[in-house]
Amino acid sequence: MDELYRLTIHQACQLLRQGSLSSAELTSACFKRIEQVDNKIHACVTICPDIALEQAREADRLIRSGENLDPLTGIPALIKDNISTKGIKTTCSSKMLQNFVPPYDATVIRHLKARNVVILGKTNMDEFAMGSSTENSAFFPTRNPWDLSRVPGGSSGGSAAAIAADEAVYALGSDTGGSIRQPAGFCNVVGLKPTYGRVSRFGLVAFASSLDQIGPITKNVTDCALVLNAIAGSDPNDSTTAPYPTPDYTRALIPEIKNLRLGVPREYFVEGMQQEVRTALEIAIRKLEELGAKVDTDVSLPHTRYALAVYYIIAPSEASANLARYDGVKYGYSYQETDNMWEAMEKTKQNGFGPEVKRRIMLGTYALSAGYYDAYYLKAQKVRTLIKNEFDQVFQKYDALITPTSPTVPFKLGERIDDPLQMYLSDVCTLPVNIAGLPAISIPAGFAHSLPVGMQIIGKPFGEETILRIAFTYEQATEWHKRKPEI
Amino acid sequence: MKLRREEVLHLARLVRLGLSEEEIEKFSVQLSNILENFEILKQVDTTNLPPMTQSIALQNVFREDEPSPSYHPEEVLANAPQREGNYFKIRAVLE
Repeated sequence: MDELYRLTIHQACQLLRQGSLSSAELTSACFKRIEQVDNKIHACVTICPDIALEQAREADRLIRSGENLDPLTGIPALIKDNISTKGIKTTCSSKMLQNFVPPYDATVIRHLKARNVVILGKTNMDEFAMGSSTENSAFFPTRNPWDLSRVPGGSSGGSAAAIAADEAVYALGSDTGGSIRQPAGFCNVVGLKPTYGRVSRFGLVAFASSLDQIGPITKNVTDCALVLNAIAGSDPNDSTTAPYPTPDYTRALIPEIKNLRLGVPREYFVEGMQQEVRTALEIAIRKLEELGAKVDTDVSLPHTRYALAVYYIIAPSEASANLARYDGVKYGYSYQETDNMWEAMEKTKQNGFGPEVKRRIMLGTYALSAGYYDAYYLKAQKVRTLIKNEFDQVFQKYDALITPTSPTVPFKLGERIDDPLQMYLSDVCTLPVNIAGLPAISIPAGFAHSLPVGMQIIGKPFGEETILRIAFTYEQATEWHKRKPEI
Repeated sequence: MKLRREEVLHLARLVRLGLSEEEIEKFSVQLSNILENFEILKQVDTTNLPPMTQSIALQNVFREDEPSPSYHPEEVLANAPQREGNYFKIRAVLE
């Protein structure tokens, strides 16, 4: 097979077990693909061929001996560069951490290594995961494989673009307000944000701790379930992980949604939504109906309109506290040309952080500062309660909610970068999910102007199995996920 | 509406973030535009509503305080911008 890099996890796993493919071959094929296309896409910030090929050879040895056979064994992955990898630079696409080499692995990386996966390298992102286009990377912007003049979405734009371009079999991303789902939607791949507490964030560089989650970006829904199986579970190192047992998510992959109750909240079909995106979604929703689901389009979540404001108060507030640690003392960039401690700290942050990170630190500091705390931060937390309660009520009637992942197709590079509010609006359909801590998946659901359209399926807390089942059923009945960009 | 220059400088000082003249000017406009959009929350009646800090109902999570292996000082200090022996070296806090 010439195009080994096109394989999905479950296809590659089968070939590896049959002995007709080795992990070393597959790993080499991915690196060759990266070499071929990444000079156009710019999805990777670090690649580590030596380490990866060593891991591949070890996986091949295990597979030959029949030991430790997990579906992920020997399968090459790319990791978003805010997830700590021991001995491999973890930069957050920031000058601040340009040379930072973590002394330990994130829990998700430990889980992957226990399954002998192959780590090809690290992917580009908006600096510290703040952004929706990957243009906020301090290194270079990533481009959308479907149209190189357009953004791949963000902040996990490197991971999503890499999977769309077949640079790896799957990737990990992180999602604070849509950073897995929005780029997955923009790149025609599958992206899942698990329930808050489902996956450990130990070793994920903190952005907004009450919202951050790690999740898979894959070529199809089956692969998504396989990766979730590996990374989900409670962790003594992350006290916000839920003490619930982890089911086998592949058991949820049943092509059967008869009588499932799906709600389509009207507030997600927002003003400014592109007509062609709306049309694609309507066709996708009709498909779900044909497949037997009971679809109700008369659903309302009236507080959705406050979600953007709530998010952009809470996330920057938490970020301003989390990012205080970058003071140039223990690790990271450090301004040295002064003897004055305060000047060193101020210059370290001034030179180390990019414009969007500074903007959010300032915004968060404002919302937390004396005289404004009650009016902004506390108010936002109370409205957050309302948004969460509203979801709880709606989920008494529906098994899942169906929305667009983004109101538009991928926009052009440069189009929104000077207008923070326009940029923030591209997350309008995804961030309520983080506010309420729910699981949601984005899957390929059509094209508009020859560009991908994503459908978001939102589940109840810890309802990953239901949304995977819906996504799987839709995927089995459609061909969108098989379309590949020409690069 | 524009945030006053002193307000921008006050915030920057609270977090010890250095800003260029250009950034002070830019943020005073951009931050106030964003803050104006937050005014929408004033429409919402939140009387008697508890604030939500995170989405799962976990209370305090305790574990036994048991000793376990830690990192070697070399690993901990490997990323230090400046060190002296097994210490992070910093500038004088009190002059």
